[in-house]
Amino acid sequence: MKEKLVMVGNGMAGVRTLEELLKLAPNAYDITVFGAEPYGNYNRIMLSPVLAGEKTIDDIMLNDEQWYVDNGITLKKGQEIVDIDRVNRKVIAADGSEQSYDRLLLATGSNPFMIPVPGNDLKGVISFRDIHDVDQMLAASKEHKHAVVIGGGLLGLEAANGLMQQGMSVTVVHLMDSLMERQLDKPAAAMLKRSLEERGLHFLMQAQTEAIIGDTRVEKVRFKDGTEIYADLVVMAVGIRPNTELAKKSGIHCERGVVVNDTLQTFDPRIYAVGECVQHRGIAYGLVAPLFEMGKVCANHLAKIGIGRYEGSMTSTKLKVTGIDLFSAGDFTGDENTEELVFQDAAQGVYRKLVVQENRIKGAVMYGDTIDGAWYFDLMRDETDISDFRNNILFGQAHLGDSGHGDDNRVAQMADSAEICGCNGVCKGDIVQAIGDKKLFTLEDVRAHTKASSSCGSCTGLVESLLAHTVGGDYSVAPHLKPMCGCTERSHDEVRVTIKDQELKSIRAVMDFLEWKTPDGCSKCRPALNYYLVCAWPQEGLDDYQSRFINERAHANIQNDGTYSVIPRMWGGGTSPKELRAIADVAEEYKVKTVHVTGGQRIALYGLKKEELPRIWKRLSDAGMVSGHAYGKALRTVKTCVGKEWCRFGTQDSTHLGIELEKMTWGSWTPHKFKMAASGCPRNCAEATIKDLGVVCVDSGYEIHVGGNGGVKVRATDLLCNVSSEEEVLEYTAAFMQLYREEAHYLERTAPWIERVGLTYVKERIVEDVDARKTLAERFLHSQKFAQVDPWKERAEGVDEHEFVPLKKVS
Amino acid sequence: MQHVEKLDMAQDWIEVGKLADIPRLGARVVNSPLGDIAVFRTASDEVFALRDKCPHKGGPLSQGIVHGKRVACPLHDWKIHLDSGEAVAPDEGCAASFPVKLDGDTVLLSLAASDGCPNK
Repeated sequence: MKEKLVMVGNGMAGVRTLEELLKLAPNAYDITVFGAEPYGNYNRIMLSPVLAGEKTIDDIMLNDEQWYVDNGITLKKGQEIVDIDRVNRKVIAADGSEQSYDRLLLATGSNPFMIPVPGNDLKGVISFRDIHDVDQMLAASKEHKHAVVIGGGLLGLEAANGLMQQGMSVTVVHLMDSLMERQLDKPAAAMLKRSLEERGLHFLMQAQTEAIIGDTRVEKVRFKDGTEIYADLVVMAVGIRPNTELAKKSGIHCERGVVVNDTLQTFDPRIYAVGECVQHRGIAYGLVAPLFEMGKVCANHLAKIGIGRYEGSMTSTKLKVTGIDLFSAGDFTGDENTEELVFQDAAQGVYRKLVVQENRIKGAVMYGDTIDGAWYFDLMRDETDISDFRNNILFGQAHLGDSGHGDDNRVAQMADSAEICGCNGVCKGDIVQAIGDKKLFTLEDVRAHTKASSSCGSCTGLVESLLAHTVGGDYSVAPHLKPMCGCTERSHDEVRVTIKDQELKSIRAVMDFLEWKTPDGCSKCRPALNYYLVCAWPQEGLDDYQSRFINERAHANIQNDGTYSVIPRMWGGGTSPKELRAIADVAEEYKVKTVHVTGGQRIALYGLKKEELPRIWKRLSDAGMVSGHAYGKALRTVKTCVGKEWCRFGTQDSTHLGIELEKMTWGSWTPHKFKMAASGCPRNCAEATIKDLGVVCVDSGYEIHVGGNGGVKVRATDLLCNVSSEEEVLEYTAAFMQLYREEAHYLERTAPWIERVGLTYVKERIVEDVDARKTLAERFLHSQKFAQVDPWKERAEGVDEHEFVPLKKVS
Repeated sequence: MQHVEKLDMAQDWIEVGKLADIPRLGARVVNSPLGDIAVFRTASDEVFALRDKCPHKGGPLSQGIVHGKRVACPLHDWKIHLDSGEAVAPDEGCAASFPVKLDGDTVLLSLAASDGCPNK
C-alpha cells in the first residue's frame, strides 16, 4: 500500500514541489490535489503579460490536466478544503467529502488584500490575482473607459500598464508620496513615474481612498480630501496576505503565514507547507524563485531523502512593464552607518545607487540600464569586499573590461532581433519566446534550452536580465555556495578542502565520501575532481585519463572537424632554423592544410589525424621540441619582446626572463589556461598587461602584474608589486601560480578569481607574507618535479597507444 | 530463445577486439565502410556502439567523457544516451546505434544500424 499524499492548493509552488518529488521518488505516494480554481496549474507571474495582451491564458499554462493524468495524480479542481481532521489524518471538502492522508502539503497561496472601505463589494471592484480577475479586467476594458488602480506597487503598476494597453484611461492611486516605495528610493521612483506618465498613465499620490461609490456598479472613487474621480473599474492592488485560514482553523501554528521550519514542516510534522502561504524565519515570500527553492527542499523530505534545508532567500525585484528596466535588491535606503554611491544621468534616464557598509553592498537600486543588477546582487549576496574596485563599481562590471556589448545594455528596449549570445547566435526574441513557451525559470533552464550564455558566458548578465524582466523576479538562495554540478550539493571549495582534510586520493573516494548523486559524475565534475586531486597530491600520480577532456588526453586540440592541431613549445617565443626546418618538414610530409602563427608567438599545424600524432611528435621531439600544452588547462605560453638585447628602449633582458619563466612553469596543470608575458619596457610590446601574469621591465627592475585577460572580457592586470631581480620574479611567479592552482575553482581564469577573492588578499599572501610566498613557491616547484615530463615524447615512444589507433578496421 | 539466436545469426557479428582494449569510461573507434563507429565501455563493463558523429555538429563521440550510460560530445558538450543514441533533452537529435555484445571478453559488433535515426 502506497502512502497517501494530499496537497491543498494547486498553484505554482505546490505543483513544483510535486514535480520535484516525482523526479526523486516517482512511486512513493498516491497523490491527490485539491484546487479551488477550475484550471490546471498556470504561471501566475505571467498574468501581467496576459492582461497587456502580450500572451494568452494557454501560453501560461504550466501543467494542463493531462499532466496530472500522466503522473497518476488525482486532481480535484474546484473543490475547496474547509477543514483538516489532524487526529484521524483526513481533509474535509466543502461538499462534505473526505480524503485521508499520510502526509499533507499545504500550498494555499495568498489572498489579495481588499481595503475596508464602503463600496468595496460593488460590481467592477476587483483584485489582480488570478485568471478570473484578468478575465474581468479584459471584459471591462471592452465596455468601459475609466480604470482606477489602487496601489502604486509592483502589482498595481503592472495592472495599470496592462489596462492602459487594453485602451483604458488609467489612474493609479497611491497612499504614499513615491511609487514602489518598498523597492525604490525617491529618485528612481520619480524617474519611473515620469516614464509611466509619458506613456499615458495618470497618478494621484498621497491619496487615501475613503469610499467607492455606485449603485450596483462602481461609478466613482472618493478620497479623504473630498475629491472624487470617475471609475468604471477599480483594481485593488495594495498587497497580498498569506492564506492561513485553513491552517489556523485546524490549529496549526500561524503568525503572518503558516510557520514552517527549514524542512518546510509546520508544527504538525505530518503537515508540510510551501509557497506564499508560509512564513519561514519570519519572512513570507511572494516571488517565484524562493518558492521553488522551498519546493525543492520539501520534495526532498517528502521523498524521505532528508538532506536538504531551506535557509531563506535573498530576493531582488524587477518590474515587468515592457520597455522599463528597473532593478532593486536589499536595503536600498540605508541608515547612519551606511554610505551611498550614486550615479545619475537624468537626461539619459539612468540611475544607480548602491548602499554600502564597510565596503560591502547592502542594497542596490537601478533604473534605466540594469545589466549589472545581477552582478551587484552577487556581490551583495557573497558579501564581497569591494574596496579593490570601488572607484569603478558604479560603471558596472562591463567597465572592468568591456564584454563586447558596449553600451547596448538595456534589455527591455532591445529589439527582438538583437543578438544576445554571439557564440550561439541567439536573439532576444528567441530567449523570450523560450522562457514563455518552455516555462523556463532559471539561467540553467535558459542555457539548456536556448544555448544562450552556455559557451563563453559573456552574455550571462544580459540573459539574466532578460529572464528577470520576463519572469519578474530574480533571486538567489542566501548561502552562496553553488554546487559544482548536478551530481552533488557540494561547492568547489568544500570539495577541495575535503580532498585535503580527508586525504582523499581518487575520484571514486571523493564521490563516495561526499555522497555523489550519480554513479560516476559527469563531464563537468570529473575533470574538476581530477584536477583537484592532481593539484593536491602531485607526487602520487593519480591522474585519471578518462576524466580528462579529450584535448588533455590526446595532448592536442580537437578541431571542429574532429582533426587535431599541434603546437610545439617555443621557449619565450623564440625559435631557430633547426626547429623551423623540422616544423616545415612535418607540415609538408603530413600535408598540413593550415600553418598559422598563434597569438602566443607559436606556430600551429592544423588538420592532423589523431592516428598521425605520435609519429609527428616523434619528428618534433627528435628536433628537440616538446609539447606546447596549447590544448590544456595548463601553462600555455610566455610571450616576450626582444628587450634590451636588441631594442633601443629595452631596460632589461625580457627575452631571457621569459625563457626562464617558461622553463620553470611548463607542464604545470592549472584550473584554467594560464598565459604569461614579459615586456622589456613600459611600451609593453608583449602585451603583458592582459595576461594572467605579466612582467613589465623598468629601469629599476620588474613590475609584476596579475589577473589580466584578453579573451571573452578584456581585463587589464592589477599591479602586484615591483621587484628588483629575475630571481624574485621567478619566486613571485611560482607563488602566484601555486596560490591560483590551490584556491581557484576549476575553469576559473585568474581574472574572475582575483575579482572574487580580491587583490588585497592575493597581495597579503604573495607580497606581504614572506613565509607564505616562499612556501607556496616551494610547493609549486615540488609539484613541477612530477609534472615536467614531455607528454609528446612519452607518446611517441608508445604510451597510451590505444588512444591513437582504431580498435579495428573493418573492410 | 530460439528467436534470439536466429536474430544473432542474421546480424553477422564481427569480432572487433577484447573488452580490455577499451578503457573503462572510455571508447575506441572501429573504422568501417559505413564510417567510424564508437564502441563505449561503461564503469560496469557494459558496451555500446554508436555512429561516431554527434547529431549536433558531427563531433566524434568516441572522444567524449563517458559517464553513467551517457557520453558528452567533445565539441559542444551535448549529452548522448549510449543505449538509444538519442540526445539528452532538451537537446534533440540522435546518433544511430549499432548492436554490440560481449562473448566472454570478446567484443562483437554488428554493422546493422538501428532504424529511425536520420544520422546513420
